[in-house]
Amino acid sequence: MDPLNTLDIQNLRLRLPNTARPVLAGINLTIRARETVALVGESGSGKTLTARSVLRLLPPGAETEGTVRVNGEDVLAMAPDQLRRLRAGTAAMIFQDPRAAINPLRRVGDFLTEGVRLGGGIRAAEATARAERMLTAVGLTSAALRQYPGELSGGMLQRVMIAAALMGDPKLLLADEPTTALDVTTQAEVVALLGDVRDRFGTGLLFVTHDLGLAAAISDRVYVMYAGLIAETGPADELFAHPRHPYTAALLNSTPRLDSTNKRLAAIDGQPPGLQVQLSGCPFAARCLYATDLCTEQTPTQLPVANNTKHLVACHHTDKWESKVVHV
Amino acid sequence: MTTTTLTRRPGLARIRSTRPSLYLLCLGFVALLVVLAIFAPWLAPHDPNAVDLGSALAGPSASHPLGVDSSGRDTLSRLLIGSRTSLLGPLGVVLFSTLAGVAVGAVSGWYGGWLDSLLSRSSELIFAFPGLLLAILVVSIYGDGLIGPVIGLGVAYLPYVSRLTRSLVLAERERPYVAAYRVQGHSGAQICLRHVIPNIAPVVLAQSTINFGYALIDLAGLSFLGLGVPALTPDWGRMVFDGETAIQQGYPLSAILPCGAIVLTVVAFNVVGEHWADRVAKREH
Repeated sequence: MDPLNTLDIQNLRLRLPNTARPVLAGINLTIRARETVALVGESGSGKTLTARSVLRLLPPGAETEGTVRVNGEDVLAMAPDQLRRLRAGTAAMIFQDPRAAINPLRRVGDFLTEGVRLGGGIRAAEATARAERMLTAVGLTSAALRQYPGELSGGMLQRVMIAAALMGDPKLLLADEPTTALDVTTQAEVVALLGDVRDRFGTGLLFVTHDLGLAAAISDRVYVMYAGLIAETGPADELFAHPRHPYTAALLNSTPRLDSTNKRLAAIDGQPPGLQVQLSGCPFAARCLYATDLCTEQTPTQLPVANNTKHLVACHHTDKWESKVVHV
Repeated sequence: MTTTTLTRRPGLARIRSTRPSLYLLCLGFVALLVVLAIFAPWLAPHDPNAVDLGSALAGPSASHPLGVDSSGRDTLSRLLIGSRTSLLGPLGVVLFSTLAGVAVGAVSGWYGGWLDSLLSRSSELIFAFPGLLLAILVVSIYGDGLIGPVIGLGVAYLPYVSRLTRSLVLAERERPYVAAYRVQGHSGAQICLRHVIPNIAPVVLAQSTINFGYALIDLAGLSFLGLGVPALTPDWGRMVFDGETAIQQGYPLSAILPCGAIVLTVVAFNVVGEHWADRVAKREH
């Protein structure tokens, strides 16, 4: 294990009750300090559960295997008070919809300071001062402390959410589709803010999204998930310029573009497999244009592309596939 | 919120008003009653237990504005002093059932599992029991005094509150802000006590206000039957019982007045409670 990694997920498997296949079927994912990693995939591919398992915020009855290390400590094996310390300090999560994730009946100041007041052993005045600093850091004024969530706009609330995440001085930020509930201009601001915050506070950032453009813009490395497995991972620019997994290529192809001459948006045929379907072989085989018998029989392992250990692909036909250039 | 409904008794559920004027009137009446009950010893013109057999069953006069009952006791003084017992009893019932009901409901809704099954089945067991019978049972153990019927009815009303709290907590704990507090490192008990319970309090309060009216009827019924409240303590239910002989003799005033007081108070509490419940429901949707 690389001691430099802020987050190190090794072979994480997660199974929910009453399902035929594991929701996560062996995830490997690492984040270093000051690194932004994007996790992209369709709804139901397991990207949110991956992010949540980092804080062990799992649905009832979930069974896990493998390790999730944050700063070298295994989250899945932690005692309750250790886990609470991790959640209060080392790792913080930014949720999709700030309007739902902030208690509407408490003032913003209460929301920001409560965690550190109850757990950190610091005095109320100190906590308020820290909350003010964090609000300034995310581009709000201390006037927001006295306001209720209902008085703030969605973009401002997401800034409050980010400020709350920074209150515990985290090493790792987990952003679970933090811009999905916001309009486009606010999205750009929040994404820029997240990048800024990462640089200033030196945190690692896991950015969960299904917006490929956003992932390309913000991240250093990208993980593409499909049906509980990492299909492809690599440096953002390389992965988007030369996708080596048919799924990544198909995803990129189905992204709407302003300069496209095609009238219709390209879509991937079929549906992602449900949790009641037992999978054998490559999970993408049923929807893949290049699938052969081998794909349905044998699950592909992650292999480096052209001896580049940073760019890994789980596909049997990545060599053949290389010659078929997709129009992106 | 759609699955959460207050528990009401069939007839009284229809006594509600969307007109703010009636609500304000009832709220004012409740406030007036509370003030009168607090200052009753100074406001009452006579000793409520002073017997003046010479003027028994006399009609309203200058010294007895609301007349005299069959034992020659001043009706106005008895009504005023009696309002203390008649309001204190239901208050005890509501306090007990609300505190215990919220505790039971929050525990079973928040922790779930076998604890939930145990608590839910036991409160359903209590529900199957008529509240008055339960109170009579407790009175027969505790003997005379207000404490017996209050505990009995408090237990009988507990499931009203605990069921409501449980369903509210179940809905509330799934809301994203609870998960957000969790990942900030708050413990489950902290989130439940500091955030979930305050957030569901308005609905529980509305139920408890409605319960207050029901408890008043039940307690008045018990003291009409001669249970609980000691014979000499002025109490509205007891006054209706004492007034029976007066009705037979053709002087119904001393029985009708406490009846009216009971009905008005119950209706007032019901209208106020229903109004609050409607307001909360409007806010939630």
